[in-house]
Amino acid sequence: MRILAIIPAYNEARNITAVIEDLKSFRGDILVVNDGSTDDTAAIAKSLGAEVVSHPFNLGIGGTVQTGLRYAYEHGYDMAIQFDGDGQHRGDQVFKILELVQKGEADLVIGSRTLPGGYKMGITRFIGSRIFHCLIRCLAGKAIHDPTSGFRCYGKTTIRLFSRFYTDDYPEVESIITAARNGLRVVEVPVLMRGRLSGHSSITRRKSAYYMLKVTLAMVVDAMRGRDLVGES
Amino acid sequence: MDLTKIASLGLSVGIFCFVVWLVRERRLREKYALLWLCTSVFVILLTVSRRILEVAALAIGIYYPPSLLFLVGVLFLLLVAIGHSVTLSRLSESNHNLAQEVALLRKQVDDLKEENKKG
Repeated sequence: MRILAIIPAYNEARNITAVIEDLKSFRGDILVVNDGSTDDTAAIAKSLGAEVVSHPFNLGIGGTVQTGLRYAYEHGYDMAIQFDGDGQHRGDQVFKILELVQKGEADLVIGSRTLPGGYKMGITRFIGSRIFHCLIRCLAGKAIHDPTSGFRCYGKTTIRLFSRFYTDDYPEVESIITAARNGLRVVEVPVLMRGRLSGHSSITRRKSAYYMLKVTLAMVVDAMRGRDLVGES
Repeated sequence: MDLTKIASLGLSVGIFCFVVWLVRERRLREKYALLWLCTSVFVILLTVSRRILEVAALAIGIYYPPSLLFLVGVLFLLLVAIGHSVTLSRLSESNHNLAQEVALLRKQVDDLKEENKKG
């Protein structure tokens, strides 16, 4: 099985070395998707032996992950993991999200911080996650406790689906609905994460109201769509 | 002809000419120009004959004809604005796809160059 680790990175020159080092034990290829960084992220990643794809300008996290998934699709990878470039995700936890996809028991695995064995998140994030948790249960009938987690593993079908349909901004929660709607098996597993090495969350308090509204709308509308994958194996 | 009539006629003819000029300068596509040309012709018609507006307003039970004009104007602008949002969404979608395509192609080119150097 060929596995690709997708590292979305925007101005992560300070973190990227540690992140790639952290994946030393990962048996697969590493692809850094540089989302129009203005620093040396791409050069550093290249010098460490990672494959690098650079956007001509900033597309946002969704477009960045999708570029990685398109790359995985075009190069025929069987699985892909998303591993954030800011150092939050831990290389020694990767095997946990790989396992179910490898066994063919899941199509999309989400590494969760809130299941037993995870870490504590901030109060705003906790409330947001609870709301999304309920919405996902209504719309997709699945219990996902940490829907905003970006520590994920994609199976082959999911790679194909998301390489075509994936939102630009704040894609994590919506993509769960998209996957469920297309009959993919979405599973959550507990993982350990770190606090971030440097930098700060892309969602500030001011933006969080917009974030909640936008994602809620996207989820509800997405649930109204039909299946995207037709007639392909 | 009263002053208001002359002013509004001048304005709508002015807009008509402005749109034609924009197309001539290739700053506006014909596709969108058509919409604004039709609009200004419509406004010119209304200015020339007040009867049209009055008859139309009374026919649907509006007793103050200018309010029909406002209603139609606002609705029309609303639809145009929604149409532009749709266009904008489509454009940003293709922009997004192009950026990804460029990124992936550039990577392929770099890889091929490297391979060439080695071979």
